[in-house]
This record gives sequence, C-alpha cells and structure tokens, in this order.
Amino acid sequence: MTIRVGESASAPSFQKAALPLLEDAQLRKNVRHATDVIQRKRGVVVAETPDWQELRTAASAIKAHTMRHLDHYLTQFEKACTAAGGQVHWAADADDANRIIVGLVKRYGGNEVIKVKTMTSEEVGLNDASEREGIRPHETDLAEVIVQLGGDKSSHIVAPAVHKNRSQVRQIFRERMNLPDLSDDPEELTAAARRYLREKFLRVKIGVCGANFLVAETGSVCIVESEGNGRMCLTMPEALISIAGIEKTIPAFQDMEVFLQLLPRSATGERMNPYNSLWTGVRRGDGPQHFHVVLLDNGRTRILADPESRQTLHCIRCGACLNTCPVYRQTGGHAYGSSYSGPIGAIVTPQLLQMQHGQSLPFASSLCGACYDVCPVKINIPEVLIHLRGRVVREQKSALDPEALAMKTAAAIFASRARFEAAQRLGRIAQWPFQSNGWMRNLPGMLGNWTRVRDLRALPQQTFREWWKARAKAGNTAATRKNNHG
Amino acid sequence: MADARDAILERIRTGLRDVAPTDIAAEYAAIPRTYIRAGQLDLQARLHQLKERLRDYDTNVVETDAVSLPRTIAEVLRSHEQKNVIAADGLPEEILPLNFPFISERNASVDTLNACDGIVTACSVAIAFTGTIVLTHGPGEGARRLTLVPDRHLCIVRAEQVVETVPEAIDRLAPFATHPLTFISGPSATADIEMTRIRGVHGPRFLDVVLVQ
Repeated sequence: MTIRVGESASAPSFQKAALPLLEDAQLRKNVRHATDVIQRKRGVVVAETPDWQELRTAASAIKAHTMRHLDHYLTQFEKACTAAGGQVHWAADADDANRIIVGLVKRYGGNEVIKVKTMTSEEVGLNDASEREGIRPHETDLAEVIVQLGGDKSSHIVAPAVHKNRSQVRQIFRERMNLPDLSDDPEELTAAARRYLREKFLRVKIGVCGANFLVAETGSVCIVESEGNGRMCLTMPEALISIAGIEKTIPAFQDMEVFLQLLPRSATGERMNPYNSLWTGVRRGDGPQHFHVVLLDNGRTRILADPESRQTLHCIRCGACLNTCPVYRQTGGHAYGSSYSGPIGAIVTPQLLQMQHGQSLPFASSLCGACYDVCPVKINIPEVLIHLRGRVVREQKSALDPEALAMKTAAAIFASRARFEAAQRLGRIAQWPFQSNGWMRNLPGMLGNWTRVRDLRALPQQTFREWWKARAKAGNTAATRKNNHG
Repeated sequence: MADARDAILERIRTGLRDVAPTDIAAEYAAIPRTYIRAGQLDLQARLHQLKERLRDYDTNVVETDAVSLPRTIAEVLRSHEQKNVIAADGLPEEILPLNFPFISERNASVDTLNACDGIVTACSVAIAFTGTIVLTHGPGEGARRLTLVPDRHLCIVRAEQVVETVPEAIDRLAPFATHPLTFISGPSATADIEMTRIRGVHGPRFLDVVLVQ
C-alpha cells in the first residue's frame, strides 16, 4: 500500500514551512481578507437559523452512526448504485484509484477530462498520474483554474485560490489564456474563464468529480457547488467518474435535510449555494450514460480503527475551521504541506499517513477551540489534536529526546507529594542566579526559548501550602474570630 | 478489484471491533432530530420569504395569477428581448403564450441550447427559508442540460409548491429521490476572486421566477 496525501510525505515541517509564508505580506493580506469575508457571511446566515445547534447535534449523530456501521452502509450504497446502472470500484490506496480512473478514461477513448473541484483527486495526485499517461485534466472550478494555470497549489479546501488577489489572477490569465488586455475586474476575469471553459464543457467526453455525499439508501451521489461548472461536468460528458472517500457516506435521502442546511452556511456563508446536484446511476436520455464511483480508502480505515480520533472522518469539508483558525489565518494553507490544511488538515493528514509523516501538524495549533465551535458536525478537533500529539510523542520520539526526558521527569515529580515539595525547595535555590525582582528573564539553554518571548514569574519564597500550614500553627484566623463574635 | 473491496471491508470490520453488535435500523431511528421540521408561516408570509430570499441572491421575481400566466411569461421574455426561447417538453400548453414561437426541447441540440436566448420550465418544489427552487427533471422541467447551457432560465413556481423548510422539501422530494435532482438558489455565481460575488459563471447568468397564485 502506498498511501499518499498530495506531496505531504516530502513536505517540510509546518514550523519550517510557515516561516517564509509569514514574511509574505501580500499573501497574509489576501488570506486575512478572504477568511474575514467568509466568516462575516457565515455569522449572518448561522444567526438566522434558530435550530443551528440541533442541526449540528443531528449531523454529528448521523455521522457517528454511519462510521460505526460503515461496512453496512458502503455495501448498501454499492448495491443501490449498481442497480441504478452505475459501477462501483474500490481503491485501497492512491495508486489504485489513479490506475482505475486512468483505465476508465482510456476505455472510453478519451485523452482529456473535465474536472469538478475534488480534494480527493488532489489527495491521490490524479492530475499528475493522468498526465503521465497522456491524459489532459482540465480543472473547471474558477479557483482551481487559477491554481492549475498558475502551476500553483491549492491553499484552502473550499476556495483553493484564497492566497491570490485579483491582479495576481489577471497576470496568470493574461499569460495562460493569451489575453494581454485583460483588466483586473473580477467580473471580467470571471467572464474570461467562462469563455475559456465553455468550449471544453461542450466538447470533452469524460468528466471527473468528487462527491459531497454518497446516499447509501438510494445509491445517489451529491455535489454541492456554485458556478455551474459542476453541473456541466456532471451533465454534458458521455462518461462520468466520481472519486469519493469511503467516509462520504450518509445513510438515507432524508439525511440530506440536515447536511444541505449545514454545509452551504458553513462553507461559503450562503443559505444555499447556487447549485446542488443529486443523481442516481444512469438516467436514460439525460446526462452521462456511463457512470462510475471509485470508493477510496487510502488510510481512512486506519483512522476508523482509532476510536479516539474516529470523529475525524465525520468531516464534510466545509472549511469553516480554516477560516476561524488563528494559525491558518496567519500562514495560509501552504504551510500544511498537504491537500488538507487548517485544523482539519492538521488531524487528517498525519492520520492518513499513519503518523509516519506530517507529525508536526498536530502542534500547529494553539488549542483555542474556535474550530470546534464552528464545526457543523461538531468534530472536537482540539481533543483529537491532543490525542495525536500524544501519539507523536509515544510512537515517534526517542526516549532520550530532551523534551521526552523532561516530561518523564516532570511526571515522576508530580506523582508524589514528597518529590513535588522537594522539587519546589530545590527550584527556589536553583533559580537564584536567573531571577530579578520576582521575574525570570534569561533562562539558560533550551529553556531560554521560553523566556526569550515570554515573562516567567520566579518561584515565590513561600508556597500556598507552606503558608496554609504556618497559618494553622499560628492558631487564630480571621475567619474563626469572626464566627466567635457573630 | 474484488480483492481491494474485500480488503477494505475487512479493515473496516477489524477497525470497528470496539462497536458492539446492534440493531442498525433501531440505532438510526434513535438519532436525535430535534431541529425544526415543519414551518410556522402562513401562505402569504411563506411566499413573502421566498420572494425576499430569491431576490437577495439576484433572482428576478415576477408575480402573477393563473389566468394572466401566459401573458406574464410573454412580458418577461420580451422585456429581455428574448426571441429564441426553448420550452421544456411536457409544459401544459395553456400556460404558454400563444403568440410566442417556442422551440421545443426535443428538437434542441446542444448547439441550439448554446445559441438560444433562454428556456422556460416548471419546478417541483420551492423552499422559502433558503430561496431555492428544486427540479426533479420530469415532464415540464426539462433534462438537466436544458436548464444549464442557456444563459437565461425562466422558472414557473406555483404557490402550492412553496414550502417553508428544507425538511418539508425533502419530504416532498422523497418519491423522486432517485431522479436527477437540481437545487437552484439564484443564478450561478462565484466568489473565488477576493470573495467578490460575481453573478453568472457557467450556468444561466439570469434567473427569472414567475410566481403564480
């Protein structure tokens, strides 16, 4: 098995990758602006939904239930989709998925495909795999077009080009669409993309999409989008291939009433995004007459097997946690070195990669909990982050690592009152050379990393417990005196 | 392929060892659904909310009654100087203006769709709370490409098709669950460049709703 999540296996640590991004003032401005706008819009449409918390509770329960019985619902989906004329394929890893999809494209005699934005395809590296086999993938979501034509990488799971502003987009379109006179008016840029893509929508015979939801009961697939590029790719080609993570399953059509309320408001701050499409297998005389679903594992069953982080698989990829995250808002998505960035990326990526890569990501968080507050399916991301930090330390760090040693020593001290009090006495003596006026400002060695950016109070000459003891010995207290007189 | 299928299902079952065997249907039925299912608004308030929210997302809303419907449709089409207009197969003839030369859907190739000025369809359900119309693509609603390729979509919505909440709409759509379903909320749009909302990308750039009561 070769589990791959974009190029994250070779990505530098988050802390390293973030440094140059933090110095890119334009990028930070673009990301800040975009995430501010989405958050403001989300706030308005969430506030006008009186049963928002009840919807979140239901969504969380539906997803938890589905994950507990995922084998049941996947086979139910397979049966229903097949009965409706679709074909279901199973891909254990990224290479499997690419091989299946490239094989299907060749079977239908195509050398190009039109694509709806799919993060799953980015995860498995489908575009590169297609190009190696002589197949040209055309991205059709405006942001994905910007990223693809610019030779760039997506930096946000909902709005992949948030890190680009209008003049940067103009530069890319001028060069790649051969439109030297294009202005930087978003309306004109969008119109240029419309002309550029329309010919492809009407000509290319094979479409590739992801899936927002797989409905087990009916075998239907749902795609939620705004521009109509999705509908074009789902409707116009002769053959359609959908790649979907196994966790995208929901039990029944009725469950759409929950997710169709939560996803658009969380993702783009709209009451409903302009287009939602649901379709079931093949419909004679309407849309593609060949339909395939590729169900992808690529490490997801490993996440499922860890009960403490199973909830990671509840994610519906709305991106709300990115927009609200104080870390993401500073660095943007590229620092995460993965198709999945922000708080959700920080828990998805290392787990998909079986904790062999991306180990720095669970530490890319202040654990403030804003992601949990906005999550429409109530994934407790901080809880999973802490769980994964523990796994990184337990599974990855050498026992002789200074931090691991320090933590082990601390654990031993905290476990015994005698050792704890001895350590306090020792600390009062040991801190002497480093303190002045009750503060420690220049600790030596690695500890200096802390005092370089933060103030640290010196240990007091008397602890609370010592004071309490001394006070009891002195006999009379203010409290008892008062009672005696009262 | 069968190998990958069996291997994935096996890994799922192994991974779920901590889950005690249970009655799946009963567990599903016990999911808490305390969110709002039934709406509270009366018909006029419901229609008012629909109009307001359709307009909020750049839809042109025109009101009429059953008798005036053909005339209203003709007026809307003429107001945009639309000449080559396609009518969805299965639309009742009595609702279309007589003196307007519609192209019928069955005679429309993709090139015809791409070159026409607009299309006229009915819908199955409209949702007031979200400002959404839903097509189930049966008679009168056209195949999916009909409401996608042309630049202007005129959709007829009848008052009795308007529900308040999303769950009410899903209930009404349940018999059509395996049809192709298209939920439309305003004309196509993008906010991919600096989050500036631009109306009209690849689907129809203009949406007219004719509300009949």
